[in-house]
Amino acid sequence: MGVYQLTNRRKVMQRIPMNFWERIYLPAIIKGMTITISHLFKRKVTYQYPEQKRPMSDVFRGLHILKRDDEGKERCTACGLCALACPAEAITMTAAERSSSELHLYREEKYAAVYEINMLRCIFCGLCEEACPKAAIFLQNDKMAQASYERSDFIFGKDRLVEPFLQSKS
Amino acid sequence: MSSIILFKLIFILAIFGVSLFIAMYATYMERKVAAFLQDRIGPNRAGPFGLLQPLADGGKLFFKEEFIPLKSDRWLFLMGPGFFMVTALMTSAVIPFGPDFMYNNEMVSLQATDLNVGLLYIFGVVSLGVYGVLVGGWASNNKFSLLGAIRAASQNISYELAMGLSIIALVMMTSSLSLREIVNQQQGGNWNVLYQPLGFLIFLICAFAETNRAPFDLPECETELVGGYHTEYSSMKLGFFLFAEYINMFISSAILATLYFGGYHFPFVSQMEPGMLKVILSVIVLFGKIFFFIFFFMWVRWTLPRFRYDQLMNLGWKVLIPLAVINILLTGGVILFKSM
Repeated sequence: MGVYQLTNRRKVMQRIPMNFWERIYLPAIIKGMTITISHLFKRKVTYQYPEQKRPMSDVFRGLHILKRDDEGKERCTACGLCALACPAEAITMTAAERSSSELHLYREEKYAAVYEINMLRCIFCGLCEEACPKAAIFLQNDKMAQASYERSDFIFGKDRLVEPFLQSKS
Repeated sequence: MSSIILFKLIFILAIFGVSLFIAMYATYMERKVAAFLQDRIGPNRAGPFGLLQPLADGGKLFFKEEFIPLKSDRWLFLMGPGFFMVTALMTSAVIPFGPDFMYNNEMVSLQATDLNVGLLYIFGVVSLGVYGVLVGGWASNNKFSLLGAIRAASQNISYELAMGLSIIALVMMTSSLSLREIVNQQQGGNWNVLYQPLGFLIFLICAFAETNRAPFDLPECETELVGGYHTEYSSMKLGFFLFAEYINMFISSAILATLYFGGYHFPFVSQMEPGMLKVILSVIVLFGKIFFFIFFFMWVRWTLPRFRYDQLMNLGWKVLIPLAVINILLTGGVILFKSM
C-alpha cells in the first residue's frame, strides 16, 4: 500500500524552527502595533455619503436617459435595436406613428409610445447605447436607479427616462 | 465627622457616575479608535463629532425587545448581567484618585476607602466578576453560552494565578497591600514599572485576559460561539454585559496606572507647593494615564488576532506562571542582596 498521490507536483514543507525572539512574539507584536498606530495619522478615505459623493468615472454606466435633439424633439424612433442588443432583455417598447399635431415632439414619423426598461433585469452593460443608430439612449455617469421596496418601481417608463424638456433647451 | 460621611457619600456617587460615564464614552472611543486605525472616520452623525452616539446606543438598547429563553433559568438569567455589573463597579472603591488635601481643616481623601488589604480586595472582587458571566451563560440553556461561560471561568482561573504571582513580587518590593501606600512610594518618577518590568508585562497580559479583551476574548468569540456567554441576551441585559466590560477596562487601566505607573503622581510633583491646584493636576494626570491604558487596550484589540484556546492555556500555565515565579525569585534575590 503506497501513499495515494493526486498529483506528482508535491512540495515538502520545510518548517524552520523559530528563534528565541520569534518565539516570545513580543517584537512581532510591537512591529504590528507600530503599523496600526501609523494608520491613526493617515488620511481617511471616507466619503460623507449623502452630502459628499464619490466622483464617478466618465465612462461609468448608470441610469439610462432618452435624449432629445437640439429642438427638443425625442430622438428615439422605436426601431427596437436596443431591445435586440440587450443581453438581459430588459427593454420593451411599443411604436406609434406621429400625427401631424405632434411634429414638435418627435423627430421622425415613428416614435416610441411606450418605452420601458426593467432596472432589476438591466445589467448596465451599455450595449443599448452602442446599438442605437439615432444616438437616442445613453447611460449617465452621475445618476443611478434608486432603491425601492416595490418591484414595480423598478420598471422605468418614459416619464423617468426621457430627458426633461427644459434642460435641453437651456 | 458627619461632614466626612457626607463627603464620602458624594465621593462614592461621583466615582460611580464617573465609572459609568467613562465606560459610556469608552464605547465611543473604541469605535473611534477602531475607525481611525482602519483609515475610517467612525460615528460622526449624532451630535458634534458623534459625541451623542453612546446615548443613542443606550437608548436603542433600552427599547429593544427583551427576550428570555423559555427553558432558561429565569432568575439566574436575570441575575447574570446584574452580578457582572455590580462586581465591575465595586472594584473602584479602593483606587486612590488623588492625594489627600485639607479642606475646612479636615483631611479629605480622594479614595472611597483606604483598605490596608486593598490589593487583596481587588483580587477578590475581580475573581467574583466571572460569576456573572458563568451564571448568565449557564442560565441561558444554550450550548454556545455554556461554552463561553466555561471558557470565561477557566481563563479567569488560569490568568488570576499568574496575575497574583506577578503582584506578589510587587508586594515584596513595596511591603504593603494598601494601594495608597503603593502610590505614595512611587513619588517623584520612582515608578514601579522601572523596577518590575517583567512583573508589569505579566500583569498587563493577565489584565487583557481578565477583562476578556482581544486577543483573549474567547468567552465571546463570535467566530466560534455566536456571541459566547451573551448569545441569548438582548436589550439592556446585553447592554449590561457589554457595559461592564468597559467598566472592567477602566478599572484595569486605573489599577495598572496605580500599581506600576505612579498613580496620581507625576514627575517634579515634589517641587510644587501643596494646594488645590496640585490636587486637581494630580487627578488629571491619573486620568491621563488611565486613558492611555484604555487606548492601549483598544490599540491591541485592533492589532492582534484572537488566540486559539489551547494557545491561551499554554501561555497562561506554561509561560506566564513560570515567568512570574522567576520574577518573584529575582525580586527576592535583589531584596536579600540589598539588605546584606
